[in-house]
Amino acid sequence: MKIAIIQFGGSNCDLDVLHVLQDVVGVDAELVWYKEENLNQYDGAIIPGGFSYGDYLRAGAIAARTPIMDAVKKMASEGKPVMGICNGFQILAESGLLDGALTTNKYPKFRCESTYLKVENTDTPFTSRFKKGEIVSIPIAHMEGNFYADENTLARLNENEQVVFRYADINGNVTDDVNPNGSQENIAGIVNANAKRNVIGLMPHPERASEAILRSNDGIKMFQSMVDHISKK
Amino acid sequence: MLPKDDLNIITKEMGREPNLVEQGCFLNLWSEHCSYRSSAPLLRTFTTTGDRVIIGPGDDAAIVSIGDGWVLAIGMESHNHPSYVDPYNGSATGVGGIVRDIISMGARPIALMDPLYFGPLDSPKNLYLFEHIIEGIAGYGNCIGVPVVRGETFFDKSYSGNPLVNVVCIGLAREENVVTACAQKAGNKVILMGSTTGRDGLGGASFASRDLSESAEAEDRPSIQVGDPFTEKLVIEATLEVIKKGYVKACRDLGAAGLAGASSEMASKGKLGIHIIADNVILRETNMTPYEILIAESQERMVLEVEPGDVDAVFEIAKKYDLNVSVIGELTERKYYTVEFKGEIVADMPIMFLNEGAPTFERPSEEPKPREIGEKPALPADLKQAVLDVLSSHNVASKDWIYRQYDHEVQVRTVVKPGEDAGVLRITDTTGLALSCGCNPRHTLLDPYKGAKGTIYENAMNLAVKGARGVAIVDCLNFGNPERPDIYWQFKHGILGLGDGARELEIPVVGGNVSLYNESGEFNTAILPTPSIGMVGVVDDINIAPSATFVNEGDTVIFIGDIRDELGGSEYYSIIDKGTTGHVPTVPDNASEIVDKVIDVVRSGKITAAHDVSLGGLAVALCEMCGTKGAQVDVSAIGGDLRADDVLFSESQACAILTTSEPNAVLAMLKDVSATVIGTVGGDSIKISSNGIEISLSHDEISWARSSLTRLMME
Repeated sequence: MKIAIIQFGGSNCDLDVLHVLQDVVGVDAELVWYKEENLNQYDGAIIPGGFSYGDYLRAGAIAARTPIMDAVKKMASEGKPVMGICNGFQILAESGLLDGALTTNKYPKFRCESTYLKVENTDTPFTSRFKKGEIVSIPIAHMEGNFYADENTLARLNENEQVVFRYADINGNVTDDVNPNGSQENIAGIVNANAKRNVIGLMPHPERASEAILRSNDGIKMFQSMVDHISKK
Repeated sequence: MLPKDDLNIITKEMGREPNLVEQGCFLNLWSEHCSYRSSAPLLRTFTTTGDRVIIGPGDDAAIVSIGDGWVLAIGMESHNHPSYVDPYNGSATGVGGIVRDIISMGARPIALMDPLYFGPLDSPKNLYLFEHIIEGIAGYGNCIGVPVVRGETFFDKSYSGNPLVNVVCIGLAREENVVTACAQKAGNKVILMGSTTGRDGLGGASFASRDLSESAEAEDRPSIQVGDPFTEKLVIEATLEVIKKGYVKACRDLGAAGLAGASSEMASKGKLGIHIIADNVILRETNMTPYEILIAESQERMVLEVEPGDVDAVFEIAKKYDLNVSVIGELTERKYYTVEFKGEIVADMPIMFLNEGAPTFERPSEEPKPREIGEKPALPADLKQAVLDVLSSHNVASKDWIYRQYDHEVQVRTVVKPGEDAGVLRITDTTGLALSCGCNPRHTLLDPYKGAKGTIYENAMNLAVKGARGVAIVDCLNFGNPERPDIYWQFKHGILGLGDGARELEIPVVGGNVSLYNESGEFNTAILPTPSIGMVGVVDDINIAPSATFVNEGDTVIFIGDIRDELGGSEYYSIIDKGTTGHVPTVPDNASEIVDKVIDVVRSGKITAAHDVSLGGLAVALCEMCGTKGAQVDVSAIGGDLRADDVLFSESQACAILTTSEPNAVLAMLKDVSATVIGTVGGDSIKISSNGIEISLSHDEISWARSSLTRLMME
């Protein structure tokens, strides 16, 4: 089993994800520079956070149009798991693999802080190790994480149970007070419409919450779930 | 224009009058900013060596060993003047510059700290500078993925019209991958890699050495560099890759004085000359003159010394990262800085003289008249309100509005996040670094020596409460116009104070930066003397760093050190408008022993929470420790017969608060220093009694007061 970590110019959480996969989860992973056009040898992919292309034009917009994204789309269509974290979520939304858009935070500044998330759907390749309704602590760090989708899309996301994480308080209340960026319905992460639910995007950084010394290791379950899913196939 | 004296010296040395291109090179390289002309003799008083120091001052950054083959690259820079003229780009490129200093040593940047000094936020302009300077640091640092893990933000009216932006960067490398800026061999090629070169930042080095007038904003626009953090990130990765593969013999980033500065310094450090072909520099503007090409401070560029056979390999790597790259010259045996442009030699200067020939000198200094200590103000009628006033002053209040704009967790090393005495980063599973920065400008104004020495101790104590011993200091000496004897006196005594404090604690001063002429023409003021420092310490076991707030109900609260009648320069006196009165804190004779004991006792693992006592004094320190738990303390036994306000607000040095569940064992370890049991952790409020006066502050009251800055900015 081998997981690809896609590196664009300006990716900056690439080494963090590599560290967590290799040293903490204990799975084989490799950095793949964006000029690569073939990802057939990998069983899954993670698009890490950062500022691909400096967020110039629009966060994720340029990366979404690079050749490697055709290879990522191919992986997704084959049912392989693809995870986009932060800037990775923005890239997946820009590339059309996920619904909605990530716009500028309601308070228009970068925001780096710990957040609690409510796990809404455990029936995905990325969340099987969580309990439904579990409250997990995973931090955010972004300026454009304000999730927006039109009314119909939002209704479909809910109906289809595509919403995986919502910002919540420690008791699981999903309120405006704990919404760090103005996202509709406190949405922090979603999966694709496909029944396999094999593409996920989330603004919080699970790789920053994968070791107790960093105050939370709730995030590691996402990577472990992904590995479980690949091993079962 | 070159000063006449300089022109005469240069003409005599060269045997002819330098042409205009050459004069431009001398103007920039002999500037105060590049040549430390009026500071070099004083800076030589610092102790810069030590067991761990591999490379001290003089290179792009210092190299300090932390064991097991790991080394740190440490540097500190100011970007004060540009940040006043264009706050976003000024502060952003300040980050970019110091980060390139670190990568040019072959180290990956792992942390930033930013001591910042602003005018009070009661004017729209100061608010504008504050907001955009922070946004510039965030915009640049976040994009390149280097966490800002500690900072300092200090407000005083003297910084209106001349804010200070200082940045510390720390890099991590294996010792065998370290490269220096010292050129190795004649015949080797000199490569320029990174961004293209434009007219931005023309003459920035000479600009930085001037005071700012109101019209500076409009006139000096062309001197401001514009940052491109995306390209910087590519430059980081490409530079580290070419260094790691062994292709780089010497490396230097382009900063002050642009290509002329970087390339001539590299060659002269290696006692070599250099022949530059200016036509080979890749430009982003048309019709640039050789002078502009040499001096422009366009950002995100590096010069590399590479053996001829490795040039193609370096080009391949630059191409991978979509960076511009060209061979711009060659190192020569002939020790001249020679520039060719369109087939003609446009500059030909003796290189050692260009880089090291600027005359340095001590300027006249004059001690000011002795200050009146003044009469003590009355004990405040409402002591609790006085505590809340100090807590809510912007200097003391929580800076969370600032640091949550910084991605302080990227690189997954940040064990202790911003907002505490020191940031703690993990290096291995057990070892780590503790980082602290800043100074106390008001103490330093009233007594430069004591204030500067206190700065060393305060930072050392910030590390000590996390169990870390300082291993290196970098400084950024921000002062006014050195041509004024009173300012030069501040500067001189500030340096002596820093030096003595550092020697007492046996921490070498490994590098730094001098920023003079910090005066505002707009307000006709000089800044407070601001000898800001960054201190790096080593943590043996990151798993036992104590909490910053009270943890366990029933823990014993112990005060370490002594409080004296030292309200001079305190936050409290500043608030009640007694700013120039009172005794300035004096570092006690046994201060280094106190710091050592705190380190030992924290490392024993018996300490549950620990906090340094500094700005705002004991009352503030106690309130800051009130998180989910409070405490009940009686401070009457501290400071002999001092009044309650003296005890609660004096900013005496070498003091700390510790809590423990094993008081007897801890007190036994502390037997040689002053340690006083002052109370017990419990409840959800802070109850302080002092000589019959009792006050109680609830967690909500404290939080509200501490959120003053955040509330102001979020309105």
